[in-house]
Amino acid sequence: MRVKRFIPLAVFALLALLLFKGLSIDPTALPAARLGQPFPDFSQPELLTEELIDASALRPGPALVNVWATWCYSCRVEHPYLLALAEQGVPIYGLNYKDDSEKARQWLADLGDPYRLNIADRDGTVGLDLGVYGAPETYVLGADGVILHRHVGVLDQAVFEQDIGQWFPALAKLGQANAPEGSAQ
Amino acid sequence: MIPEIGHLALIIAFVFATGLAVIPMWGAVRGNIAALNLAPTLAMGVLVFVSIAFAMLAISFLDDDFSVAVVAANSNSLLPPIFKFSALWGNHEGSLLLWVLILSGWMAAVSWFSQGLPRVMVARVLSVMGMIAIGFLAFSLLTSNPFERLLPNIPLDGNDLNPLLQDPGLIIHPPLLYMGYVGLSVPFAFAIAALLGGRLDASWARWSRPWTNVAWGFLSLGIMLGSWWAYYELGWGGWWFWDPVENASFMPWLMGTALVHSLAVTEKRGVFRAWTVLLAIFAFSLSLLGTFLVRSGVLTSVHAFASDPERGLFILIFLALVIGGSLLLYALRAPTVASRINYTAVSRESLLMVNNLVFTVSTIIVLLGTLFPLVMDAFSLGKYSVGPPYFNAVFVPLMALVMPFMAIGPLSRWREDSAARWLHELLVPGAVVVVFAVALPFLFGGEFNVWIALAVLLAGWVAVGVLKDLWRRLGVGSGYGLRWQALTPSFLGMAMAHLGFAAVVMGAVVVTQLNEERDLLMEVGDVEFLGGYRFELTGLSREAGPNYMADQAVFEVTQGDQVIATLIPEKRRYFASGQMMTEAAIDASVWRDLYIALGEPIEEGAWAVRLQFKPMVRWLWLGGALIGFGALLTVADRRYRRQSTRHSAPIAEASGLAR
Repeated sequence: MRVKRFIPLAVFALLALLLFKGLSIDPTALPAARLGQPFPDFSQPELLTEELIDASALRPGPALVNVWATWCYSCRVEHPYLLALAEQGVPIYGLNYKDDSEKARQWLADLGDPYRLNIADRDGTVGLDLGVYGAPETYVLGADGVILHRHVGVLDQAVFEQDIGQWFPALAKLGQANAPEGSAQ
Repeated sequence: MIPEIGHLALIIAFVFATGLAVIPMWGAVRGNIAALNLAPTLAMGVLVFVSIAFAMLAISFLDDDFSVAVVAANSNSLLPPIFKFSALWGNHEGSLLLWVLILSGWMAAVSWFSQGLPRVMVARVLSVMGMIAIGFLAFSLLTSNPFERLLPNIPLDGNDLNPLLQDPGLIIHPPLLYMGYVGLSVPFAFAIAALLGGRLDASWARWSRPWTNVAWGFLSLGIMLGSWWAYYELGWGGWWFWDPVENASFMPWLMGTALVHSLAVTEKRGVFRAWTVLLAIFAFSLSLLGTFLVRSGVLTSVHAFASDPERGLFILIFLALVIGGSLLLYALRAPTVASRINYTAVSRESLLMVNNLVFTVSTIIVLLGTLFPLVMDAFSLGKYSVGPPYFNAVFVPLMALVMPFMAIGPLSRWREDSAARWLHELLVPGAVVVVFAVALPFLFGGEFNVWIALAVLLAGWVAVGVLKDLWRRLGVGSGYGLRWQALTPSFLGMAMAHLGFAAVVMGAVVVTQLNEERDLLMEVGDVEFLGGYRFELTGLSREAGPNYMADQAVFEVTQGDQVIATLIPEKRRYFASGQMMTEAAIDASVWRDLYIALGEPIEEGAWAVRLQFKPMVRWLWLGGALIGFGALLTVADRRYRRQSTRHSAPIAEASGLAR
């Protein structure tokens, strides 16, 4: 018996440990570093007005930041629900991710605009800082602009009620009334 | 009632598998012949009851029994019957049942075709396979019961099969792939049985060789079909994505490639014995690892099954027992005495060692790339994804490295050969290939492309090696007529597989280099030129399918005055799930594919359209089919049939072998 013969076993043991650790990780979860942190600072034009805006434009919360693009088919799917949410008074900020601004403006004109404002993230740097995988993604920002939650994929009624609704307790009371700008709480 | 019968049959199969794992193994240790002889019967019992369970689940699918959770989640009353059947394995629970069914099929095949082998060997092999069956049956029964009912609230209709899977390719792709995956358990079981018996010699290699070739052939065909399916069904025209699930099937294939070649050396020359055993263990371990990666949710992928950490933990424990146990056995029992058989640096042994090294390193490269995101995540170093650039940068040069040796291998001699003889054999054909590769643009027009020239050089070199070998075996020019009998099935299979590999390389390089694609907005009457073809959108219409509504666009493709094809790509919306699907329209031929996929309707009467011109893309799958069928052909060789009669094992041998 030679020690050399045990090398494959030892390598496998390491691999098994790694896989065991891997089981407790949710690969779609937000990197822990970003949760509880403020929205990364940026300076980008607003999609419609072309004025430079920064993270302070995303206040007050609680609010949703929705990552979308015209090239993203699922975004088209979730769009009607975003309109409905906005209708109910949930403040939604858009992050127009790696998109052609002209097409994006056309999209909002055609399909309706649920967004308070849109960050025109043409080269995707804001998305990079935020850790975006792809569109659509939706983030929940607290009153102080801190990231509370991240949802990857299409946002719909079921997801909202289960994971996100808790941060918008006033929603039921607001009913159909259109909340005035900036007073969604 | 039907699902309960199936559940019961699965439990009985588990009991049989337990018997198979324990009784013959005990018989082998004790030299109890009656216990040894039970192995084939017990294996048949597993097959019969797993088949019953499978049939009951199939009936539940075909009868639209939506009280069964799996049926409700994956089928629909509108689904065409053939897809109701294939929906059985379009989900985690059902595909696991297919896995076990195929495993028991392999067990039955081993007991049927190995009647001439020493009984103790057959008993050990079947027993090891029985242990694997225990693991998978327990996995199915405890964490993924396919017969679970939705009572008392039975849904009126099912959720439907994922539209991506409603395709003929998906009817045969998973069974073929599983034939390969699970088939690798046979050489694995032979290796473990040989380690247990302490007899790792040439006969062990000869016994497991045909099984390995068949399993590897099926795996090749399965991967080939998967690539083809992705190409026409996903609508992007891509044929390989280095996706974790693809890698999960590719790693056992790479390891299997090394194993197939290493077994040849061990059988013929008795060298590389410990190494070959290790490869057999690795190949099956990687197919188990693939199962883990796909079903545990540790990696995200487009075709991963729904993730469930509990299932992941179960497979991981099973993985640790099977792989850890066999590697421990290897460490304790592998031959430690270096073989006394010598060979020189210039010999067929050395060339096959190059094959082994390259394919083992390639496997490690793919494994590292696949697990890297997991490693970084596990140590909280951030989220990463490893994409095609990494794999291409490392994998492609490795394949280019092995090809020069591939041409020489079949021509070379065992033990001792000379470089001068190789030069003599291959100098002229080699020179022809070089000239051809350089002169290519002058022959067919077009610009000189260094990558295509290299591909022609390497693939041509492999091809001339095969042809030269064929030439020599036939005895062309010897004056004695052609020796057709020299073309044994194992030679022809090898020649086919090597030519197939060359074809895959040609297809991959040419389609990557010369692919043309264009994303357009087109209305009826619009014309576009691509790759020398004229594409005209002549009409838009809407058609109803059995369970979907389709928007169709009619394209007329012409070249000069000649109408080449009428292509009708579709955008389907499936009723039950509301999912949208792109059905690409393809005009296929050996030298080029024309590929049209519909994007989205942008405005009234106008669609986003993607046109693609893909030269030689078919070569990928033609080559893959050659590799797969070549491997399957080798088992027709007479020498594998002779083995079964030569070793009509005296039963006394059993007790002698047992220890």
